[in-house]
Amino acid sequence: MSSTSNTPTHHTSTIGAIGAPSRRNTELALLIFAVVIPVFAYANVGLAIDGQVPAGLLSYGLGLGLMAGVAHLAVRKFAAYADPLLLPLATLLNGLGLVCIWRLDQSKLLQSLPNFVTAAPRQLLYTALGIAMFVAVLFFLKDHRVLQRYTYISMFGALILLILPLVPGLGANIYGAKIWIRVPGLGSLQPGEFAKIVLAIFFAGYLMVKRDALALASRRFMGLYLPRGRDLGPILVVWAISILILVFETDLGTSLLFFGMFVIMLYVATERTSWIVFGLLMSAVGAVGVASFEPHIQTRVQAWLNPLREYKLSQQGVGGHTEQSMQALWAFGSGGTLGTGWGQGHSDLIKFAANSDFILATFGEELGLAGVMGILLIYGLIVERGVRTALAARDPFGKLLAIGLSGAFALQVFVVAGGVMSLIPLTGMTMPFLAYGGSSVLANWALIGILIRISDTARRPAPAPAANPDAEMTQVVRPS
Amino acid sequence: MNKPLRRIAIFCGLLVLALLIRDNWLQYVKADQLRTDTANRRVAIERYANPRGDIVVDGDPITGSVEAKNGDFKYKRTYKNGAMWAPVTGYSSQAFGANQLENIEDGILTGNDDRLFFRKTLDMITGKDQQGGNVVTTLNAAAQKAAFNGLRSQGGKGAVVALEPSTGKILALASYPSYDPSSFAGNTDKDAKAWNGLLKKNNPSDPALNRALRETYPPGSTFKVVTAAAALENGLYKSADEKTDSPLPYVMKGTTTELKNEGNIPCKDANMREALRVSCNTVFGKIGADLGNDKMLAEAKKFGFDAEQFTPIRSSASVFSDNMNPSQTALSSIGQYNTAATPLQMAMVASAVANDGKLMKPYMVDQLQSSNLDPVAKTDPEELSRPLSPQNAQILQSMMETVVKSGTGQRAQIGGGVTVGGKTGTAQHGVANSANPYAWFISYAKLSDNSSPVAVAVVVEDENANRDDISGGGLAAPIAKNVMEAVINSKK
Repeated sequence: MSSTSNTPTHHTSTIGAIGAPSRRNTELALLIFAVVIPVFAYANVGLAIDGQVPAGLLSYGLGLGLMAGVAHLAVRKFAAYADPLLLPLATLLNGLGLVCIWRLDQSKLLQSLPNFVTAAPRQLLYTALGIAMFVAVLFFLKDHRVLQRYTYISMFGALILLILPLVPGLGANIYGAKIWIRVPGLGSLQPGEFAKIVLAIFFAGYLMVKRDALALASRRFMGLYLPRGRDLGPILVVWAISILILVFETDLGTSLLFFGMFVIMLYVATERTSWIVFGLLMSAVGAVGVASFEPHIQTRVQAWLNPLREYKLSQQGVGGHTEQSMQALWAFGSGGTLGTGWGQGHSDLIKFAANSDFILATFGEELGLAGVMGILLIYGLIVERGVRTALAARDPFGKLLAIGLSGAFALQVFVVAGGVMSLIPLTGMTMPFLAYGGSSVLANWALIGILIRISDTARRPAPAPAANPDAEMTQVVRPS
Repeated sequence: MNKPLRRIAIFCGLLVLALLIRDNWLQYVKADQLRTDTANRRVAIERYANPRGDIVVDGDPITGSVEAKNGDFKYKRTYKNGAMWAPVTGYSSQAFGANQLENIEDGILTGNDDRLFFRKTLDMITGKDQQGGNVVTTLNAAAQKAAFNGLRSQGGKGAVVALEPSTGKILALASYPSYDPSSFAGNTDKDAKAWNGLLKKNNPSDPALNRALRETYPPGSTFKVVTAAAALENGLYKSADEKTDSPLPYVMKGTTTELKNEGNIPCKDANMREALRVSCNTVFGKIGADLGNDKMLAEAKKFGFDAEQFTPIRSSASVFSDNMNPSQTALSSIGQYNTAATPLQMAMVASAVANDGKLMKPYMVDQLQSSNLDPVAKTDPEELSRPLSPQNAQILQSMMETVVKSGTGQRAQIGGGVTVGGKTGTAQHGVANSANPYAWFISYAKLSDNSSPVAVAVVVEDENANRDDISGGGLAAPIAKNVMEAVINSKK
């Protein structure tokens, strides 16, 4: 199954196998599926809604194929030994997301809403930009260790990105969460999506330097290693920033994501379970504390605990209540095991954010349990490839960066999907690749680009030893 | 660093596992509950996604479906001559739900009924849209038209029920004023306005009330038919022509109050035929008092009083009180005091007499059909009770025929070999009888072969009604005559 299964020993995945095949042809084969499946889905939507194959089918298929092809060629050229699964999986999700967004564009109900925009062409543009971003990352970032140099610049960059939505005149409060900025001419941006990557770079650089101090200097108490007071500093700072995001931007998701990512990276860097315990305690204290006075968070918790009641209140026109949670649950329930089929559900009843935060509900209704499980497993696979990349990376910075990005990706999927399915309170984040939104698409393609770069470095055969004029020509043996 | 990495990998796996478990919970375990939740708009969208089946009268649908122009409910109900048929069909509105046949037979009309399961599955496999079945009624379009037009030309409120005595089939069921259920079948503001205009608080004439089944009126002198039946059945008098022991004036037992007749009519010791012909209050009041509350109540119950009827549309229960003293029983026996009857009830009285004493259960759904017209269910006539022996029924028939031949009901005569038996009634009501009286007429028609194709009850609330017993014959009898003629002509 895995890309390294051709190597005989069990643990080779952690060691860059010398002379591993590039697996580029595997990637190409998988990419063909990743393009063909969304094209069929697109045809399916057209047939279900209008009774005919959509007029844009050919150009959509060619467009997606072209973009995937460009990305593939870039990988072939700049990261020949990269993980072969990451690109096809991301392409598949992105393609299915496009189809779903186009499908929701056809909804008369959504078209009748005041701030309706035809989202699919824009998302196609964002996808093109995302692929361009991906290629740019591969082109400019020849070695991920370069990023290590920008550790502290990254910190400031991340802080600025996080603070931007709060800047008067720039920030936009969209349905309660202040995580957006409006750039004239460009539209809305969600800087938090980019902050995710920049912060991971900062954490990786910082922890790589401080890991020994954080790991070793500690006292043992009740089986846990207690860190020294001064070593608690960084985690307290990150915690404080997360709380501030929660309070000022009222965004539970971003807050949880950053803090969770930090705790994961801290744990990996120090190998101390105590950090996990501290992290969990601190996030629990923070979340409960803020929820006790922040009405926006309270609304979300109410909608999670009793979605039907919130639905009824919102139908009666009582302010501050949302019908979305219940509508999403009905969408999932109505889909059942196999779903209604593309274009035949009524997930447009969710109305606002049906094609972004709530897009999974449309998959739930139209593709059913089977489809959603498939999509969750694709996300799971992306995370698994990311973790495998971290295992395979030969340098601690690469390991930390890869696990940070994969962990953040996993947390984001969990927080969004869990929120839409009412497993946890809803937060304002988007499903990576599936959901409508330029920032999300761009940032996630950059994230995949970085993971591909790290995996390429990890799997690339060690360079041949410097030529020794005395020795005979070194013979490199490649397993066929 | 690889050990914590592996643990993080497991942690991420658990996150995905938690999502998978939650998804299974939602989309498998809870799926049906969420899918069929009535607050889930999909239930309503589904309901209106396909045209409903039709309600059929005499082979022609009286309902239809059109594609709505806006909104997510695709099909909207339409009605042909909606106001005339409203007491039968009820309404089916996207905004306001359904009632009467539209509600009771909803499963058949939408195609969701289990009895249509095979058809539904077949349609699903062959990729056809689900189709609703039809509800074939027992009604007679000509009779319904005669009834509705008759009421409309009177201009006041009223109702008509016509039954086929031998089976209990409802042939006409009209109520006036009525409403057009098409006017609020959708869910637009216009529909809401039409609906609000029908509510009793906004419209005192209450057009949405199904007077034929749901309104009880004091039956007045038409109840004397029940009293006469009780007298015959209990052996108080053996024949129509036996002299009764009836003083004039008649002071009710236990009181000093005289029970009066309308006008100066020959009621002293009159036989029952004569007493019914001229509608003697004294004679039938005394019969009621002589028989007593229990025997009168028992006979009334045999005719269907004190019970709701399910036609399948539910009718209100008609009332004959219990625990009355003799004077109250006397008043009740001439259809006053607490006695109250639905038009359906009085039609049942006439039909039981016409059917030689056998009361058939009234019904209006003859057949349920699948969308390709295969019968799914058929209603068989059912005997409800026997309020009269055949001999006594024939005695009562001859009495009622006298009423039409030479008494208060002469305007119901048809001729041409058709014998009509009937009874008029004018019921006073309101405080000190101040309100407008109700004009009643109940009757049946008998053909030359002695079979009776139709029994009718008509009630008209009319401001112009005269306060004498003739008004039942004047206002209500012509409507009854037209309905009976319509039925007889449609059988030819």
